[in-house]
Amino acid sequence: MEHAFSLFVRSIFVDNMIFASFLGMCSYLAVSKNVKTSFGLGVAVTFVLLVTLPVNYLLQTKVLAADGIFGIDLTYLSFILFIAVIAGIVQLVEMVVERFSPSLYNALGIFLPLIAVNCAIMGGSLFMQQRISMDPATSSQAIGSVGDAFIYALGSGIGWLLAIVALAAIREKMAYSVVPKSLQGLGITFITVGLMAMAFMCFSGLSL
Amino acid sequence: MSSLFSKDNQKVFLEPLNLNNPILVQVLGICSALAVTSKLEPSIVMGLSVTVITAFSNVIISLLRKTIPNRIRIIIQLVVVAALVTIVSMVLKAFAYDVSVELSVYVGLIITNCILMGRLEAFAMSNEPWPSFLDGVGSGLGYAWILVVVGAVRELFGSGTLLNIRIIPQFCYDAGYMDNGMMTMPAMAMIILGCVVWAHRALVKE
Repeated sequence: MEHAFSLFVRSIFVDNMIFASFLGMCSYLAVSKNVKTSFGLGVAVTFVLLVTLPVNYLLQTKVLAADGIFGIDLTYLSFILFIAVIAGIVQLVEMVVERFSPSLYNALGIFLPLIAVNCAIMGGSLFMQQRISMDPATSSQAIGSVGDAFIYALGSGIGWLLAIVALAAIREKMAYSVVPKSLQGLGITFITVGLMAMAFMCFSGLSL
Repeated sequence: MSSLFSKDNQKVFLEPLNLNNPILVQVLGICSALAVTSKLEPSIVMGLSVTVITAFSNVIISLLRKTIPNRIRIIIQLVVVAALVTIVSMVLKAFAYDVSVELSVYVGLIITNCILMGRLEAFAMSNEPWPSFLDGVGSGLGYAWILVVVGAVRELFGSGTLLNIRIIPQFCYDAGYMDNGMMTMPAMAMIILGCVVWAHRALVKE
């Protein structure tokens, strides 16, 4: 229980997807113009993470690993398998959202199918693959069960959501300020994210 | 032979290097550009890997473009890219193990690099293999030179070295000069890239 809690808090603040490892930057920069759409995208990313990470965890440990059902080490197939799972699930989520919430579907537009190529999702799976080999007794980053994978997905998703909503709020306010001409748009956004990342660095001393 | 390097093909190759740079203008592939640039060496390796993968995935998709059904094209593109990335990652592990450890998950994340999907969708799906190859190399190199610039600045001011060779001499340290540890932190990557975008926008007029 204690391990699950510290894994959860760490993945939100210390190992934040955006500020510590820059994952999902493209849609992060493109969609963060207003709070409402960015919240919708954050929820979608969290949801896709929640589904894909446990599935990929099971694939990695039960099918690809040397002691899996085939009895041979198939980890070199992991990139292809992970991305196929992610693309398939995103397609499924897209159909479900279109059927049950057309307004959210329209608001997210092209970014819903693009979640398939959002590095936050693939990055989550690849970090999970690295963390399986860690020892849960000594490292609070270790992922030893499907439950841990689920908690890691939830934490990283919330961390991503937090980061995109915060940036969107800052950019809404910044629309009224005077910025040098060639720094407008992309340039100032990068610098803002840099300053936000510095603020998040103070969490790195957090020991749980 | 002359048709291979015609005006159009030259344009396809040169545009992504500057005017239509994938990072500075199209804002694609930012994640890896920020994460791997704390040193110069991994930046160069990463830039070259992406160039190779964009070029060859462009060629493969361009050859297959007439046979790919429209509805499932994204999955086919992803599988082609994933196969190429697996090959590159194995080559890196075999011949440059230290760098591949340093790059860690970011080699695998080339699969989800938006530059690749962008070029495949926008160019390779509607063009012949040879222009697609040039487009891939151009986009890859356009991405690589930004990585090299950011990586060089961060390594020079963060650790006083370039490619692990000491550039800032010892007597500067004796006189009180100190490395800026902040430069090796992720946050500075954002700020340096912001400044590169600023300089590029100020110098290049559309």
